[in-house]
Amino acid sequence: MAMKIGSNEFNERVGQGIDDAFMRGAVSGAQDSMGVRRSNAAEELGNWEDWRSHGEEIRQHVLEHLDYYLEQLSKNVAELGGHVFFAETKEEANEYIRGIAQKKQAKKIVKAKSMVTEEIGLNAVLEEEGCKVIETDLGEYILQVDDHDPPSHIVVPALHKNKEQIRDVFKEKLGYKKTSKPEELALHAREMLREEYMTADIGITGCNFAVAESGSISLVTNEGNADLVTALPKTQITVMGMERIVPTFEEMEVLVSLLTRSAVGQKLTSYISVLTGPREAQDADGPEEFHLVIVDNGRSDILGGEFQSILQCIRCAACINVCPVYRHIGGHSYGSIYSGPIGAVLSPLLGGYDEYKELPYASTLCGACTEVCPVKIPLHDLLHKHREVIVEKEGKAPISEKLLMKSFGIGAASPMLYKFGTKFAPTALNPYTNGESISKGPGPMKAWTDIREFPAPNKERFRDWFKNRKKEENAHGRDDSESR
Amino acid sequence: MAGTIQNQDKFLNKIASRLGRERISSPVERPDWKYRPQDEVLKNASQDELVDVLKKQCANIHTDFYETEKKDLPEVLEQIVSSYGGGPVITWKDDRYAQWGLESLFKKEWPKNNIEVREWDFENGEESIIKAESANAAITISEITLAESGTTVLFSDKDKGRMVSFLPATYIALVPKSSLVPRITQAAQKMREMQQETGRVPSCINFITGPSNSADIELNLVVGVHGPIKASYILINDL
Ligand code: SF4
Repeated sequence: MAMKIGSNEFNERVGQGIDDAFMRGAVSGAQDSMGVRRSNAAEELGNWEDWRSHGEEIRQHVLEHLDYYLEQLSKNVAELGGHVFFAETKEEANEYIRGIAQKKQAKKIVKAKSMVTEEIGLNAVLEEEGCKVIETDLGEYILQVDDHDPPSHIVVPALHKNKEQIRDVFKEKLGYKKTSKPEELALHAREMLREEYMTADIGITGCNFAVAESGSISLVTNEGNADLVTALPKTQITVMGMERIVPTFEEMEVLVSLLTRSAVGQKLTSYISVLTGPREAQDADGPEEFHLVIVDNGRSDILGGEFQSILQCIRCAACINVCPVYRHIGGHSYGSIYSGPIGAVLSPLLGGYDEYKELPYASTLCGACTEVCPVKIPLHDLLHKHREVIVEKEGKAPISEKLLMKSFGIGAASPMLYKFGTKFAPTALNPYTNGESISKGPGPMKAWTDIREFPAPNKERFRDWFKNRKKEENAHGRDDSESR
Repeated sequence: MAGTIQNQDKFLNKIASRLGRERISSPVERPDWKYRPQDEVLKNASQDELVDVLKKQCANIHTDFYETEKKDLPEVLEQIVSSYGGGPVITWKDDRYAQWGLESLFKKEWPKNNIEVREWDFENGEESIIKAESANAAITISEITLAESGTTVLFSDKDKGRMVSFLPATYIALVPKSSLVPRITQAAQKMREMQQETGRVPSCINFITGPSNSADIELNLVVGVHGPIKASYILINDL
């Protein structure tokens, strides 16, 4: 599977998403619990804004000096005995890795979750080569066993599946005989995968952050699968997006802290592994051979332009977990492995406007994403910029917002979506407020207010809204989904 | 043996040109960051206060916390291992176990009670991995312990195989009180010092925070996925 998922048009995908009741329940439940965990983890620190500012200054500094840090990293990796390959395109990356698999006559390859290998479509290339490729992250494993069902969330890839579906897939494909209890399902996966780790020829991982000064890579997981993938096979290949790098361990720890708090609300995840080169002389585990593949695949075209800040992203999914549109349409609707606000900004840049021109419209521009982003990417501004570029190119919007909102099922009874799009609205909208509802709104809301009259945003800021959301939704009877 | 680097110049030249400048050829100074919120966490906390923080955090990470004096360590360890269902036990090859009074437990009491004690042996690598895989409990030593997150930090080397901490069903870390620091910030600083003094860090540094877990199935937390299913930390007060 490459970056693009599915072949349906945007409208159809959205329709399918909205019709999938389990998926929508799962998404809203996930958003609630992960959103609350994130905001607790952030608030607990007391000075979360300083943390975000520090994350931002580190990421900006790295991007401005990216050639320097990548050169330092590769020199250090090579000195440790590792091999570095710079791949400008996905084809170059895939060919290099295919070459290693051939040389090693690899039959079995275990992988630990990596967005970038999905992005370049590596698995298909290796399978073509006759290798059995096994994803070891539990969520990805489930999807893989289910005939490569695409991921719907960058942190919880199988979010759209319920445990009964997973049990049925395991039954059919793995001869599983037990119940749909998550513990039993996970135990079965553990047993199946243990065997695979012990007998794999190559382990492939992504990279959360590479450390230029020491030539290290770091991997962040809760399951511990990345450790088994890197310690048992004789050859390790790590594939990293070229921007996933920091100067020293000291910056690494800051970004890891931001990542784990923002992604899952944990102070640190269960396993953070810092790997430096291949195994040392006399070590009995760890890879004998280590390859680092540094991938551009369209990233350098983003550098130096108005979208550069999107390369600050640390893939935490906090923006996805608060996005009202993602909540409504689910991950598959984006047609890309990168969903939610990050996906709506990144997919058109990496995959082209032709393929993804609707995505920047899959947003209410409410700014909730920008507010939670731990490295302060102005996501909703970037979405707005995309729209400007698209309108300039095409002379018009690719999809009328009216139609889009309709296809989101937001037509008649969904006041919740607007209630919190209020970062700027309480003041900006006041002139238009006519008692309880707005008849004509400025900017992004205009097209929508053409469809119907919206309740006026109240003064509640997003953060407060989020805390109260559960309560409110009950009061509203979750009517945004039922009464379409 | 030095490794190889391929395609570097074209790739990096493109980056520099996109950034509108020449390639950077002289060292970039590490900036004086404007923000340093990480230094504020548990600033000035005493060692005893850090112990309290660690103890509380263990409850969040599904990890049992024990506190002992060195003299009682064998007894505490024995209890934990039997509560985990006994052996086989696997350890590193490390003099500290003996220095901390565990030799008699490892060499006499446990074997007498049919609890096999295996020691990591790099000269028989494959066999060591298989022994770790079928072990019930791992006994490791935390080099740096992070109070805020409840994290034990392990450094690999030939006598301290990476797989000792991952493959067995349960994980036990011996935690000298003196290894406690406020958070991962101090560990990163130590790693950097090590890198600058010796030219490298161990090939694998593991930050382990409780047992392995996953929330990939309907966001239900399942403890024990690929790595250990249970974890205990033993804080040793007089070390
Ligand atoms: S854009 Fe920001 S919030 Fe979204 S995944 Fe990236 S770092 Fe996280």
